[in-house]
Amino acid sequence: MGQLSLSGVTKNFGPVDVIKGVDLQVADGEFCVFVGPSGCGKSTLLRMIAGLEDVSGGSVTLDGRDITHLPPARREIAMVFQSYALYPHLTVRDNMGLALKQAGHPKAEIRAATDRAAALLSLDALLDRRPAKLSGGQRQRVAIGRAIVRRPKLFLFDEPLSNLDAALRVQTRIEIAKLHRDLGATMVYVTHDQVEAMTLADKIVVLRGGRVEQIGAPMQLYNDPDNTFVAGFIGSPQMNFLNSGAMGLSSHSAGVRPEQLQVTDGPAAIGGTVSHVERLGGETLVYVHTQDHGLLTARLFGEHDRAVGSAVGLGFDPARLFHFDKDGRRLR
Amino acid sequence: MSQTRQSPARTLAAHAVLILWVLIALFPVFVTVVNSFKSKKAIFTAPLALPGPDTFDLVGYRTVAQQGDFLAYFQNSLVVTCLSLFLVLLFGAMAAFALSEYRFRGNTLMGLYLALGIMIPIRLGTVAILQMMVATGLVNTLTALVLVYTAQGLPLAVFILSEFMRSVSDDLKNAGRIDGLSEYRIFFRLVLPLVRPAMATVAVFTMIPIWNDLWFPLILAPSESAKTITLGSQVFLGQFVSNWNAVLAALSLAILPVLVLYLIFSRQLIRGITAGAVK
Ligand SMILES: Nc1ncnc2c1ncn2[C@@H]1O[C@H](COP(=O)(O)OP(=O)(O)OP(=O)(O)O)[C@@H](O)[C@H]1O
Ligand SMILES: [Mg+2]
Repeated sequence: MGQLSLSGVTKNFGPVDVIKGVDLQVADGEFCVFVGPSGCGKSTLLRMIAGLEDVSGGSVTLDGRDITHLPPARREIAMVFQSYALYPHLTVRDNMGLALKQAGHPKAEIRAATDRAAALLSLDALLDRRPAKLSGGQRQRVAIGRAIVRRPKLFLFDEPLSNLDAALRVQTRIEIAKLHRDLGATMVYVTHDQVEAMTLADKIVVLRGGRVEQIGAPMQLYNDPDNTFVAGFIGSPQMNFLNSGAMGLSSHSAGVRPEQLQVTDGPAAIGGTVSHVERLGGETLVYVHTQDHGLLTARLFGEHDRAVGSAVGLGFDPARLFHFDKDGRRLR
Repeated sequence: MSQTRQSPARTLAAHAVLILWVLIALFPVFVTVVNSFKSKKAIFTAPLALPGPDTFDLVGYRTVAQQGDFLAYFQNSLVVTCLSLFLVLLFGAMAAFALSEYRFRGNTLMGLYLALGIMIPIRLGTVAILQMMVATGLVNTLTALVLVYTAQGLPLAVFILSEFMRSVSDDLKNAGRIDGLSEYRIFFRLVLPLVRPAMATVAVFTMIPIWNDLWFPLILAPSESAKTITLGSQVFLGQFVSNWNAVLAALSLAILPVLVLYLIFSRQLIRGITAGAVK
């Protein structure tokens, strides 16, 4: 169980509106990811769901129960923070068991619950250590373990992997995905990492300036963005935006994904000069400077040799273009 | 802390400067303690000499032991200092937590108001304080001193501690809230241990002026039963004759308790100061 719904949720800090009316349904067992540029209100929204920040307007319900004004401890949620936030004076075991102890559960039950969570995250050997004696990755696993022990209806994550190095980030990401499968719990996850969002989410919520830009499954947002913001935000490298006027199209601008651009030697739809090449082994990114559209990125698979400064043509399938009006809205 | 190895010459120079500083700082203490063990004649003929077989004299300590109730003065000083220190740290930390943690109307104003006391010396209000103490019948009690010293110490305590508390991770406090800890538990169990170095700093800066104060004991509690050690030592300083042996002995004894308290706090203090410098 764990069905979350937000309706008309707003938040203002004094005169500043930070969240400007968010409606969202997260189904039971769903993995929902908030993405958006820095300062768009992702953390604030998550903290409002957690009860750490007052809700200025609207309501939050979990499994049909209105939790808008409940204190965090009574919402049946658990949260994992970017900075781990382990209690420095407690051992790993006590860190994980504290919430149950506060709620007055019997000792044996707490012990069983922590042991189960520790086994799930292979923390058994660390149970008697203090957080100061753990590595970053271990600390984050303990923090996740602390969340599991409570058996919450809803897991909240605020950029849990940002403080880890690249290798550990991938490993922990996989661990979280596995955990979601095993527990079947509802999770809301904040990140500004594209890959995390695309790989973990059942549903992505793209936020900008305190408003929802679009909600959908990762591939839905990728293949069918509602506006230029979502089109540019989802996908890496970013979508190219072409000047429609210069190509005799009726829309204001036309978007094309870097992998949809073909680089040719002869004449093509667009001509330009190579300004930079990035070879990543599996793929090659060619940056082409064009007269009408500025800098465009082409993503080629495998290794390609293109001399900087050489003239090239860029071709694409007109059917794969996304058309937008002058306010950035998608023309379908 | 830097792990880089420095050239021996630079290390030597640094140590020379530090040793010189220690000598200058300790000199008055040294002279006081040394002379407290000498006869009156020896104090004046050779003030810097160490006590020898013919100049060694415990007359100062004997006088102190006989005249007045020094043990009681000592006890008064300790009670006043420790109680005030405890109250300053407790209320200072609580106010600092409220100011740094909660958003409420007038938060900044309240912070400024509480910090005002740093700039305005409490002695300016002596007359009003005395009137209040007379009105409440607290004159010549240790309570009067404890109250005044608590008020005197709070501004700096609130100011320093609220800065440090702002640096305690929000996530940690929020994790506590989600786990169902009360705000009091969060304050006492999570936040206070993390600002312990700052607490030690505040403790030292609060304690020393209280222990050494002569003004308020003289005005608010000059009676025999409420005298503090600093005030008690004054009986040996007359307008025409001063019993230097006794004064020096009393002062030497008065150094001891602060020294002990300082040693208790100093480990934390050094950490507090360097943490502040590195951040
Ligand atoms: N206590 C506060 N008082 C005033 N403004 C605040 C407060 N907390 C956050 N804000 C503002 O709210 C906005 C959203 O902040 P939030 O932390 O939710 O952003 P975010 O999307 O999580 O960004 P990031 O990706 O950098 O973590 C920001 O513009 C921030 O300045
Ligand atoms: Mg954030």
